[in-house]
Amino acid sequence: MVESKHQWKAWLYLAPAIALLLVFTVWPIINTVRMAFLENYSGLKAAGGAVFEFGIGNFEKVIKYRRFVSCLKNTVLLCLWTVPISTLLALLIAVALNSIKFLQKALQTVFFLPYVTNSIAIGMVFAAMFNIVGSFYGTENEIIVTAGIINNVIQFFGGEPINWINYGSTYEANMFVMIVYIVWNALPFKILVLLGGLQSINKQYYEAAKVDGTPRRRIFTRITVPLLSPMLAYVIITGFIGGFKEYTSIVGIFGETMGPPDSAGRLNTMVGFIYDALSTNSQGRASAAALILFAIILVVTMINLQVSKKRVHY
Amino acid sequence: MKIVLENLTKIFPSRDKKAGNEVVAVSDFNFTIPDGKLIGLLGPSGCGKSTTLYMISGLQKPTSGRIYFGDDDVTELSTENRGIGLVFQNYALYPHMTVKQNILFPLQNLKGKDKLSKETMLERAHEAARLVQIEELMERKPSELSGGQQQRVAIARALVKMPRVLLLDEPLSNLDARLRLQTREEIRRIQKETGITTVFVTHDQEEAMSISDMIVVMKLGVVQQIGKPQEVYDSPANLFVAKFLGTPPINVFEGEVADGKLYIGEDHVMNVKKVPDQKVYVGIRPEGFTLDKKGALHCKLSNVEVMGRDVSVVSTNEASLNPVVRSIIDADNKLDATAETVRYSLKPHKVFLFNKETGERIHFEVK
Repeated sequence: MVESKHQWKAWLYLAPAIALLLVFTVWPIINTVRMAFLENYSGLKAAGGAVFEFGIGNFEKVIKYRRFVSCLKNTVLLCLWTVPISTLLALLIAVALNSIKFLQKALQTVFFLPYVTNSIAIGMVFAAMFNIVGSFYGTENEIIVTAGIINNVIQFFGGEPINWINYGSTYEANMFVMIVYIVWNALPFKILVLLGGLQSINKQYYEAAKVDGTPRRRIFTRITVPLLSPMLAYVIITGFIGGFKEYTSIVGIFGETMGPPDSAGRLNTMVGFIYDALSTNSQGRASAAALILFAIILVVTMINLQVSKKRVHY
Repeated sequence: MKIVLENLTKIFPSRDKKAGNEVVAVSDFNFTIPDGKLIGLLGPSGCGKSTTLYMISGLQKPTSGRIYFGDDDVTELSTENRGIGLVFQNYALYPHMTVKQNILFPLQNLKGKDKLSKETMLERAHEAARLVQIEELMERKPSELSGGQQQRVAIARALVKMPRVLLLDEPLSNLDARLRLQTREEIRRIQKETGITTVFVTHDQEEAMSISDMIVVMKLGVVQQIGKPQEVYDSPANLFVAKFLGTPPINVFEGEVADGKLYIGEDHVMNVKKVPDQKVYVGIRPEGFTLDKKGALHCKLSNVEVMGRDVSVVSTNEASLNPVVRSIIDADNKLDATAETVRYSLKPHKVFLFNKETGERIHFEVK
């Protein structure tokens, strides 16, 4: 126990942070729960003196909402694709980076660059890369000129250009672009964490494995991965949490339409759904959706932790 | 399997190119390790003993020189093809595997014609575990074991693939004093039972002396002396070896040979024939002193430590290079602990003369 006469000092130092947390985090959380359980709650109406009944109507509305299922599906799909792919890629890159000496520091910086770059900016670059320049509103005879670098590459190798994100593009093509972009965006942080983990593994394990003539692949699966498992678990869990909050990336590629011009909102996510509700002054519905998202993240994280209990070697 | 080291040299290039001083870790090491023996590489830290061990293991490449296992030149052979078992200083047990998985690991690496069936592997693992007496710990994780048990697991893991050579890097340094005594006998027993040529590295002379068939004393990358422990102790090649071996350590005095007589300070302590007149260092083992009222060597008595069987007499002498002169004498000798001076005569075979410049031994004839 710290000497109790100095305790007030500790509280004094903590006070500013606690005050800010109470006002900007704790109260909004409580308020979210409150609003979610007030029927048809709207901030505007509340300001006008309206009284709302208690009930679970907001939740019912959210679930019945036309866009809800598609938002949930998009979110889950993006998570299920991007988290495993980005984790695996990050692991391979980290292991490769760790095994080279020459240019290691330089490459480390290169791989970390996306992390310090604005994700909207990266999104716009990606959009340009996957773009097709040409008219889609024109006549049938109008020649479509491809300018996006991806399509240029495809054409260079004799393939047909694909309409990735423009007017008339397919859902699958859209999702593909999103997955590539999100994986790209998620890599730096994961590489950084895993590389740090790799560098803290005692070199003697590898020497011992070498003495025993362990094949490289087996060293990777039986020694590196298990010893890295705490970092892997961390990266996967935070990856899922981040994945369920996916929103900015969609805006980065498709802009506020959240989809190609002909099917706006097609790629909307859970967070996007919440924002949409807020923008129509339906704070009750937004709060309910936020709580649903929270519940999903909670459950997924619990499953993650449960799995890691068996798989992770601390 | 005998191991031949031929002109083995390891030079580490300097990190700072401007400074340009490379480090000679091991210099021109020649030694044939006889088959089935336990060899101790002994020396203070930085003497190149571990580097030598790692060169034998193949984890480090010698700068020059050759290494033979039997008649095979293994110098260019990679570690995994040398058929060695290596026990690391901190054991390097895989923390996420059980003891059993750790011991099985080397066997599971075998491929092609060496591949073993699951039953054979388990049998071999249990055999190795039995040898080091850890059978009841097979399902535990390394973190649930004591230091001594971890060490046994490490030895079992090294032995399970039946290596031609077993190498141990400071095998006892992470154990407490009691366990150390026990474990070193254990290592001796295991080595005897398996008959595998074993090389171990230590900085603890007692450890090396007690279990080795032969010891190699090294200093700054250069081999000082090779021999059976008792021989090296009884006949050190130079002052360094004499000082390094023995507890309590040897007493060293400034001395002078004049006309076949050896003087320590003013005292004419012995006759040393056929030694040219010169200033020398005189090394006297603690057990080389005899209490003698008419003894030639005078020392100021400062303390008497009773140790039961023996008595350790602590005294001072102006010519001594050590702060105190420590002698071990039989407890039967009655010594007046209040006396001011103590007089010794010396056992000639416990007295060594060393060249003052080079530290090399100067042999003399007794009588």
